[in-house]
Amino acid sequence: MTFRTPSRIFLSGLALLMILSVLSIGIGVSDLGIWGTFSDPDARQILWEVRVPRTLAALLAGAGLAVSGQAMQILVRNRFIEPMSAGAGQSAALGVLLVTLLVPSAAIWVKMVGASLAALTGSLVLMAILRPMPPTQPLLPALVALVYGGVISAVVSFIAFQGDLAQFLGSWLTGEFSGVLRGRYELLWIAGGASVLMYLIADRLTLLSLGEDAARALGVNVGLITATAVAGLSVVTAMIVVSVGSIPFVGLVVPNLTARLTGDNLRRALPLTALCGALMVLGADILSRLIRFPYEIPVATTVAVIGAVLFLVLINRDPRSRGAAGVNPAASADRKGGSHV
Amino acid sequence: MIRISGLSHSIAGTPILRDIDLTIPRGGITALIGPNGAGKSTLLSLIARLQKIQTGTITVGDLTIGTASDQDLARTLAVMAQSSHVQARLRLSELVSFGRYPWNRGRPGPQDHARVEQALERFGLIPLRDRFLDEISGGQRQRAFAAMAYVQDTPYLLLDEPLNNLDIAAARDLMSLVRDMADTDGRTVVIVLHDINYATAFADHLVVMKDGAIAAQGRPDQTVSEALLEQVFGTRARVEILQDRPVVLV
Repeated sequence: MTFRTPSRIFLSGLALLMILSVLSIGIGVSDLGIWGTFSDPDARQILWEVRVPRTLAALLAGAGLAVSGQAMQILVRNRFIEPMSAGAGQSAALGVLLVTLLVPSAAIWVKMVGASLAALTGSLVLMAILRPMPPTQPLLPALVALVYGGVISAVVSFIAFQGDLAQFLGSWLTGEFSGVLRGRYELLWIAGGASVLMYLIADRLTLLSLGEDAARALGVNVGLITATAVAGLSVVTAMIVVSVGSIPFVGLVVPNLTARLTGDNLRRALPLTALCGALMVLGADILSRLIRFPYEIPVATTVAVIGAVLFLVLINRDPRSRGAAGVNPAASADRKGGSHV
Repeated sequence: MIRISGLSHSIAGTPILRDIDLTIPRGGITALIGPNGAGKSTLLSLIARLQKIQTGTITVGDLTIGTASDQDLARTLAVMAQSSHVQARLRLSELVSFGRYPWNRGRPGPQDHARVEQALERFGLIPLRDRFLDEISGGQRQRAFAAMAYVQDTPYLLLDEPLNNLDIAAARDLMSLVRDMADTDGRTVVIVLHDINYATAFADHLVVMKDGAIAAQGRPDQTVSEALLEQVFGTRARVEILQDRPVVLV
């Protein structure tokens, strides 16, 4: 049966995730010890106030990043685009920055709403820009999206300089989990919820990946599903930016990896995508803590290094990217553009 | 029966369809032919409700396009997707089973699975069922998309230039499958074709379009002639009658 292989991959991933979670809870400057957590109140406090929240934050952020990356790739029909680098992440930052400047005393939920709305606007504008672009040139939208993210990021930097917030911005936007404590990461559960929402519309998203016309002809409410998915991925991105900062590459690499393993039937692919995203971010966070122990490297840096290497491996190991001659031109054009990596 | 009346359509100020009245009979294959830019694909996409109707009305069976619900239409009218646009990495059996979506809304039951099995069998896709769409030939892709439209179990089936990029074997193969859907299952097929010889060989009824209007229609042997080719396509080609049907010598 075809269902065998992916589910075996899924189960081994799940086992690995559990091992990493235990490791993540065990690693830190203060040595907890297995028995200490039962007897020592200080150790127990560190466990529940710091280690568990940090681990959960990495899992939620990783899963959310990967799922929102996959949703975005379907919406813009391009495998090289992910929300964090294509405007949504930068727009979320812009939203928080504006709220911070205009209403310095604003509560966290105001920043959260501001970031979500800004991310939503940023994604919608990007989709409007990419819409007229031909699907036969997959690199063009990807480059435009990068430039677009860069432009918004420049606006954010400019405003931050003007408002004397540049340093604050730098430390706050670089994704890392060292500041995660109980009470400071719970927004990520909203990201988790939004990811579950995407799973609920998985079938309709898959139909959307056959093209808007094909989806409409099968009775899918294309507008509603598109709106739900954009809103969902914007909320996920905003929550991650607000609570831990920007983490690149996960939304790009993981969906491409799962497409290779199980294909694009999201009902089957999304759980694996979420799992691999969680694995990648949690693994990177553990590395970030170990490389210069007892100091830390921001997880965004570690993820970027791992992600870039993974991405290169994925592109180069695609056997079909060589010798794609003799098949239908549109399909081979896709392949040469690497949209199936 | 598909009834079209007073249908006009323009894109960015350019008229594409001009006041079309047309009745497409129930059953059999109706082929839309005509030169590039005649408005065939626009007409088909309006029937398929993929574009909004600007002026005029279209009814398919007893459903009126524009007012009928998406679900009702999806159970009445299947549109074969343009497979070359699809980049999604789906397995063939997954793709075909998505054709059942209007009936199960994503929760396939035993009868859906049985239907998909039967379609895979009938379209000769059993050996390919676990292959990904990007691992098969263009002809096999088209056959898979035809099977997907087939399991949608609609009385009406629309196809927009399905023979593009297919070699002669794949093209004939696909057209006989379509012919079989019309004959065995009584589906009403409307198909946009470029090659007139395929239209005369496989269709029961031709609708010839030029400049957004209907230039001629009727049985293939009564419609295709040297005069029509010159008048509609602006080309002089000989038309011979072979085995009771007109053949254009290119």
